[in-house]
Amino acid sequence: MKRIGTLLLAAATTIAAPLTAQTVAITNGKVATIASAEPIDGGTVLIRDGRIVAVGRGVAVPAGATVVDAGGKWVTPGFIAGFSRLAIVEIDAVDETDDTSAEKSPFSAALDVASSVNQRSVNIPINRIEGLTRAVVAPSAGHDIFGGQGTIVGLGGGDDTVMRARAFQFIELGERGADLAGGSRGAAFLNLRNGLHEAEDYARNPKGYEGGKDRDAILTRLDAAALVPVVQGRVPAVVHVERASDITALLDMRREFPALRLIIVGGAEGWLVADKLAAARIPVIATATQDLPGRFEMLAATESNVGRMVAAGVTVALGMIDENDARQVRLLPQHAGNLVAMARIPGAVGLTHAQALASITSAPAKIFGMTDLGTLEAGKRADVVVWDGDPLELSSAPVAVYIDGKPVPMTSRQTQLRDRYLRLKQDGLPYQYKR
Amino acid sequence: MRSFCALAALLVTAACATTGTKTADSKGPPPPVVTIPSDPYPSTYKPYDGVPTVLQNATIYDGRGGRIDGGMVLLQDGKVAAVGKTVAVPTGATVIDATGKWVTPGIIDIHSHLGDYPSPGVRANSDGNEATGPVRSEVQAEHSIWPQDPGFSRALANGGITALHILPGSANLFGGRGTTLKNVEARTMQGMKFPGAPYSLKMACGENPKRVYGSRNQAPGSRMGNMAVNRQTWAKAVEYRRKWAEYRSKADKGTAKPGDAPSRDLQMETLALVLDGKILVENHCYRADEMANVIDMSKEFGYRVTAFHHAVEAYKIADLLRENDICAAMWADWYGFKMESNDGIRENMPFVHAAGGCAITHSDDADGIQRLNQEAAKAMADGNRVGLGITPEVAWTWLSYNPAKGLGIAEKTGSLEIGKMADVVLWNGDPFSVYTRPEKVWIDGAMMYDAITGLRPVSDFELGQPGEGDVK
Repeated sequence: MKRIGTLLLAAATTIAAPLTAQTVAITNGKVATIASAEPIDGGTVLIRDGRIVAVGRGVAVPAGATVVDAGGKWVTPGFIAGFSRLAIVEIDAVDETDDTSAEKSPFSAALDVASSVNQRSVNIPINRIEGLTRAVVAPSAGHDIFGGQGTIVGLGGGDDTVMRARAFQFIELGERGADLAGGSRGAAFLNLRNGLHEAEDYARNPKGYEGGKDRDAILTRLDAAALVPVVQGRVPAVVHVERASDITALLDMRREFPALRLIIVGGAEGWLVADKLAAARIPVIATATQDLPGRFEMLAATESNVGRMVAAGVTVALGMIDENDARQVRLLPQHAGNLVAMARIPGAVGLTHAQALASITSAPAKIFGMTDLGTLEAGKRADVVVWDGDPLELSSAPVAVYIDGKPVPMTSRQTQLRDRYLRLKQDGLPYQYKR
Repeated sequence: MRSFCALAALLVTAACATTGTKTADSKGPPPPVVTIPSDPYPSTYKPYDGVPTVLQNATIYDGRGGRIDGGMVLLQDGKVAAVGKTVAVPTGATVIDATGKWVTPGIIDIHSHLGDYPSPGVRANSDGNEATGPVRSEVQAEHSIWPQDPGFSRALANGGITALHILPGSANLFGGRGTTLKNVEARTMQGMKFPGAPYSLKMACGENPKRVYGSRNQAPGSRMGNMAVNRQTWAKAVEYRRKWAEYRSKADKGTAKPGDAPSRDLQMETLALVLDGKILVENHCYRADEMANVIDMSKEFGYRVTAFHHAVEAYKIADLLRENDICAAMWADWYGFKMESNDGIRENMPFVHAAGGCAITHSDDADGIQRLNQEAAKAMADGNRVGLGITPEVAWTWLSYNPAKGLGIAEKTGSLEIGKMADVVLWNGDPFSVYTRPEKVWIDGAMMYDAITGLRPVSDFELGQPGEGDVK
């Protein structure tokens, strides 16, 4: 049995990930399983071959296991970004590195973001050393309300980065959708209805659809085919809407398309129709800190939005759909913490600490059907983070991150730059020789 | 005329030294002399009513790096009247128990576009860049400020912001003048304007100017083009300033003829005031090598850069910045949104600080301005993780005193020192915790926000809209 103390953790984990997964016991942790609201003090998480085999107090540590003493500190599941553009953009304003959208493509719904995912993006290590282990990755809409097919990625950096391709269809409604559809919300909804009906046509008679242009079909054959699993409810539609009226109009669409599985992203005014969302069992991926009427479609934005929706029974996960979504989903714990802060302000509604943790672990896992992620329970994939403090707190950082049971190097391009320029003192050759 | 100049003390331009009131000799009145008004858009802000208030049992960060545990602060007549372990409580003063709470100077954001790029961000409201020419030093950001921007209230209630500097955007090399505001609501910009604060000149390095103009096939289209246009413009400004100095010299001697006055050029006027040291230079600049070029340029033409903003690579030249007494205004962890921000690291602020420099936490963002305390907290923790040993009371200088210094208002605000403006935040816990929010905010001793009673401003824009008056 190898014992690695807390202090040695960081050093130990800078060694390249082992080729084969092994047995690891993280002991003496304040283990937030998420499955239960209260963390387990003095808990052990036992990992074997990439899976969690046991969690709790008094778990027997098998001989030969690598023991990591968490020193009483927090242990959580890896965090999951409920919405992002991670690993499909390297630098936003460098167009060549930005694969989020394809304005000039003849295709829309068929676009598959999985083929754009770069497992070697520097943004992956930058985010995973902050505790993020999985992310929902969506395309942006280019020239049509159908943005294309999103994916779910793991941040281990290996060939299995794309966990699930074509995991959902991304659709823009609201102000952006209106713009894409020709100028009005009505046009956007009509576009959506037409697309789903054309998918039904395609499903009924794929060969007939090939001559579809004769029948006034708007979607290309591939786009219609991509929407078949959406209209049949086998793949969810992640729809970006912010305004309360857009949300209710979207809910009404299920009368025409009863199989449609909706997930709302954005939802800044969701709190105004929280009861309807709850009754319809429609989950929301929210941007937690949105509290300004940045657009007319989010006049009622408030940081109480998530708290009020959760209180009404809506499943809410945190994500980002803004200018930071390609790189900064590592800030989701901070966002979650801010929602806890809201609970202390008269007139506001926030989250409990446990609810806040769930919004970046079990909630996104549940929404996207990642049944083996999001909690620390036997049988789940071993995405485990050992922290040096409260995981939502600003001063905290992971000391070790495991993805599928393997420790990831706790370094990134940013830590390399940091180490190069820590304490400026050029002796001998230029800084560029220092690595 | 003289009394006008005296009232506008800090904004007196060279023109005020050459008023037409020069004592006449026996030959009769002197010829009329052309003068330039020093402060044509004066502040009309007056502190709102406050009551003598004592905060006790507080953890106090004084903004200069000092800390008092279980301390007291007295706010009286709009000023910080006393700070210490114990202070005398005046009869009738409101006493607030701050047990378990923190008291700090209000946060000052040295880089904001609130009012110029307000919410909602529709084109009709987009007034932050006069992107019609790379040299637009004649424009003033204050003339775009929409006081009804809901962002001001969020910055107050969520961010504890008591003063902020509104800058033009970075499309241009010379973006125009920036203006400092008290974070008070008003019907007019003048009603928000920080009395006696100097103007700034916004300059921009790098990608933005060369992209905006290069894409129109006009100069500048490259970084060397940026520098060339900058230098040519400064050369003109030196010449302009010399002509006015000659004229004023003649006017002082009483030998100026009416036709001698140089034509007034508002572009050059702003730059001449920079050369006079009366307008501060706030320079958007990401890359270390570009900051070094700008420092040399400032020496070539005889002006000073007060602060580099968005200085994502400040950590690479923290020594150079310190040697030149230039502040760096930074984000905690923004990076990668453009090529010149690619080398952002989370330890930028602490590295600048640890090198003995002047670190400032800034936002440039209507969202970020609501959480500058959190940005400083993250940066401090990251710095301490590599052994820099920065305490929170010292890190608070990044949020209040250093930005005040970078705006030329450090004599008036930015710290809890006796006689300074009572711009104060009572936090409902440790302000470097994510779980903490402002509980009360005073500006010049007047309570402008109270989370407990629900005292908060609601902009005209938000009246009658969904969510009006909500806790945001």
